Amino acid sequence: MNHLPILIPAALLFAAFLIPLAGLWRKNLASAVALTGSGLAAACSMTGLWVVLSEAKLRYRLGGWPQPIGIEYVLDPLAAFVVTVVTFLGFLSLIYFRLSIQHEVPDRFVTAHALALLLLAGLSGMIVTGDLFNLFVFLEIASLSAYALVAIGDQRAPVAAFRYLILGSLGGSFYVLGVGFLYFATGSLNMADVAQRLPAIYDSRAVAAAATLIAVAMALKMGLFPLHLWLPDAYSYAPSAVGGLIPPVMTKVAGYVLIRIFLDVFQPPYLKNHLPIISIIAWLACAGIIFGSIMAIAQNDLRRMLAYSSVSQIAYVGLGLGMAHPLGLVGALLHILNHAFMKGCLFFVAGAIRYRTGWVEISRLKGLGRKMPWTLAAFTVAALSMIGVPPAAGFFSKWYLLIGAIEIGNGWFVAAILLSSLLNAAYFFRVLENVYGDASSNEKEKSQAVDPPLSMLAPILILAGGILALGLLNFVIVAQVLMPIAENFYRG
Amino acid sequence: MESQLALKPLLAIVVSLVATALIVLSGRRPNLREGWTLAAAAVKFILVFSMLPDVVGGRYPAITLLDISPGVALALRVDPLGLSFALSASFLWILTSIYSIGYMRSLDEHQQTRYFASFALCLSSTIGIAFAANLLTFLIFYEVLTIATYPLVIHKGTVEAIAAGRKYLVYLLSGGVVLLLAVAWTQSITGSLEFRPGGILPPTGEVKNLSLLLWLFAVGLGVKAGIMPLHGWLPSAMVAPTPVSALLHAVAVVKAGVFGLARVTGFVFGPELLQQLGATHVLALLAAATILLASLLAMAQDNLKRRLAYSTVGHLSYIVLGILLIAPDAWRGGIFHIVTHAAMKITLFFCAGAIYAKTHRENISELDGIASQMPITLSAFALASVGLAGIPPLGGFLSKWFLAKGTVAAGEPILLAVLIISGLLNAGYFFPIVGRAFFKRSSEFKKFDEASPYMLAPLVITAVFSLMLGLFPDGFFRLYWLANETTVGVLGVR
Repeated sequence: MNHLPILIPAALLFAAFLIPLAGLWRKNLASAVALTGSGLAAACSMTGLWVVLSEAKLRYRLGGWPQPIGIEYVLDPLAAFVVTVVTFLGFLSLIYFRLSIQHEVPDRFVTAHALALLLLAGLSGMIVTGDLFNLFVFLEIASLSAYALVAIGDQRAPVAAFRYLILGSLGGSFYVLGVGFLYFATGSLNMADVAQRLPAIYDSRAVAAAATLIAVAMALKMGLFPLHLWLPDAYSYAPSAVGGLIPPVMTKVAGYVLIRIFLDVFQPPYLKNHLPIISIIAWLACAGIIFGSIMAIAQNDLRRMLAYSSVSQIAYVGLGLGMAHPLGLVGALLHILNHAFMKGCLFFVAGAIRYRTGWVEISRLKGLGRKMPWTLAAFTVAALSMIGVPPAAGFFSKWYLLIGAIEIGNGWFVAAILLSSLLNAAYFFRVLENVYGDASSNEKEKSQAVDPPLSMLAPILILAGGILALGLLNFVIVAQVLMPIAENFYRG
Repeated sequence: MESQLALKPLLAIVVSLVATALIVLSGRRPNLREGWTLAAAAVKFILVFSMLPDVVGGRYPAITLLDISPGVALALRVDPLGLSFALSASFLWILTSIYSIGYMRSLDEHQQTRYFASFALCLSSTIGIAFAANLLTFLIFYEVLTIATYPLVIHKGTVEAIAAGRKYLVYLLSGGVVLLLAVAWTQSITGSLEFRPGGILPPTGEVKNLSLLLWLFAVGLGVKAGIMPLHGWLPSAMVAPTPVSALLHAVAVVKAGVFGLARVTGFVFGPELLQQLGATHVLALLAAATILLASLLAMAQDNLKRRLAYSTVGHLSYIVLGILLIAPDAWRGGIFHIVTHAAMKITLFFCAGAIYAKTHRENISELDGIASQMPITLSAFALASVGLAGIPPLGGFLSKWFLAKGTVAAGEPILLAVLIISGLLNAGYFFPIVGRAFFKRSSEFKKFDEASPYMLAPLVITAVFSLMLGLFPDGFFRLYWLANETTVGVLGVR
């Protein structure tokens, strides 16, 4: 049982290495290995979540080396929650991958699968590790895989990937520099250990530098305004299937790292009394929520619209963290889950539309609602959830964030949360008006449009159903998982 | 008043949800599809009606479904106020469904599956609003109603319809967002969102902030309740098919707004707190201004449905005024008006739709002498207009009478004058229509040629119902008794 924390990234890494070999023999085998690996990881994550909720944390020491010398992997409720979201979305993405990648980049089929598993390995490693430098290692694994996955997209993808690479490497470098400062100041790289040693040196400039560097690094990786510049191009030009992999989960893991490092390592007293860095993050998030939504309204390409929407949505997580209130954190964590489902569903639909019709401009989606009913019904559910119509999931993350903002008495945060619902409605209803309106005169182009095959449609419908289920059952998640996490951090 | 665990409130909501799915699946077989609508409407009404004996006996059926937020559950509770709203909505849905079938088939409308499916979903939400036991359950159904009515507003698919749909969404979603803020703030103050007669907010508190909270509720709910200047969506929404305007925009959506205001004033704030706040005076003035302005604007409209829309705005503010006056008679009149106005206004809309279906005429100036062709329709129109003007013996007189007594009891003679003037204006914008229809001769309308019986029967039934509500206010579904019980529960006075 104690092996669970390491099994998750290990299964994914192992599968990632097997895929090229399997792919050499037969292409479809690559897909099968990928599904097995990611399925195994998802199963381990869910088991891990179950275990840590009923018992204590799970710890695994790499090589048996004791603390604080060795590298430790820890599954506590927060980590288990986030890694379950990531691996579950990953598994659904890999089901979707097979046909979508085959359609868009057939000559990179095996590579894409291997990269996807490497990405998931990196992300899950980031989540379960208890060592600051080990986190950097996994961060780089994930990032490099992400750059490569973006680069194999369409014509403009390599440039987008290059920009992503430059900015992302900047972020990685800042992070490792920050960790360096922390190591210099505390002599340790183990998160729990550093957390114990930090209070004595809260006033030191090295610690302040470390906090700032790490915050900037993760803000960049998250796509938090104004460090989001790599995001719109990367999300628009990557292969469609990658849209179910990177947008829903990658930025969220960066958000998780922010939460973990600031609330667990630095801890709330530091943030309150010494360096209010997360307040700055909250204000930037506030701006990002509005900025992302406004930019989304201006887009004609469906994926670019979803990309700017993601900038706005990840800012909710930043806002929730920055509120320094348990309900804010609950809202942020719930949004990690909800947005993964909503954005995953939306990008999958965009990919399905591209698969069947070959394009994704919003103005050309006229009348598609009748041709691809199930797909676009799922899109409608996800869109309404993003707008915040109850009882879909998206309403509830906004609900908790809103109550948190009211309790801390910040009218700007309240206004940002409410205004973003209306702005979201503006750009989503524009799409819905087209989709459910009358078909354009170009009937010949539309004749091939039907619902996509099952391996693409199933993840779409599972996510859409999940959005409704997560909305109605949100309290189960909040009460069992999220409130204990939040109370744990804000105790005392 | 004990609450007993019961499945009926939940079933009443679920029955049309199931129907929505069945309607979508039966898209290719119109008769089966329409059968689902009628069956669901009948079952829903029977379920709602069957709870009347319980409520009359003081036993309020209730059910808690699941926790949906810390301290708040998705819960339903059937009390007199909720039951009266649900009875009127479910009863009128049966008639509207029959009418819709006639209307849609006479005009050979497109997208009928989407129409009937959305309608069923709307009625689910409406009953959910009526039976909501707390603000969060109320808010959830309230927002679903907004989304569910959108496909009906844009039904025609014309440029005008889509534009009206956008306006609709802007107004209603903005109101929804303000309402969300008000509900979240209430949760933050009290930790509970239960509707309790007499209110849940602390009577002593930061009075300044509670006034702001009341305003937020007023704005959030005022969009659907048509309080000026938030009423702008209603006249534009008349582009929807007439059965939509009839049920949704005279009975369900708009009444959800005033119903919400009744819940907030009576069951969240409570009469004592409201009197302390004094914000009700300003809101009452806004309602009075709405009554007068809407009546004047109605007179200026040539399009029949638009005239009816402005008339609705005015009458909604009768109810708002009644609720805000905190006098027992005012409440009695206001709550009863929810039902009487519904019956009378739906009759008028049914008539307008029948006229359009038969003659394709929408404007009043084109209807001279039409009574020679459609005497039954125009007689029903005449009867309902008389009631809306507040003339006995229709139900409209009774609710207005109590409202008037309430303004006197509250010491507001100006508001009494507003009610009287508005009654005259009502006559001024309705009676000419009737007069010209009956007494002007026209070469176009000679033969007796009424609309299809599917449309004719409902409008006759609702016209007669309006009359019966005046003659026997307690005779049908004990609607007057329910209004009275609500008043007693909230204001504690007989």
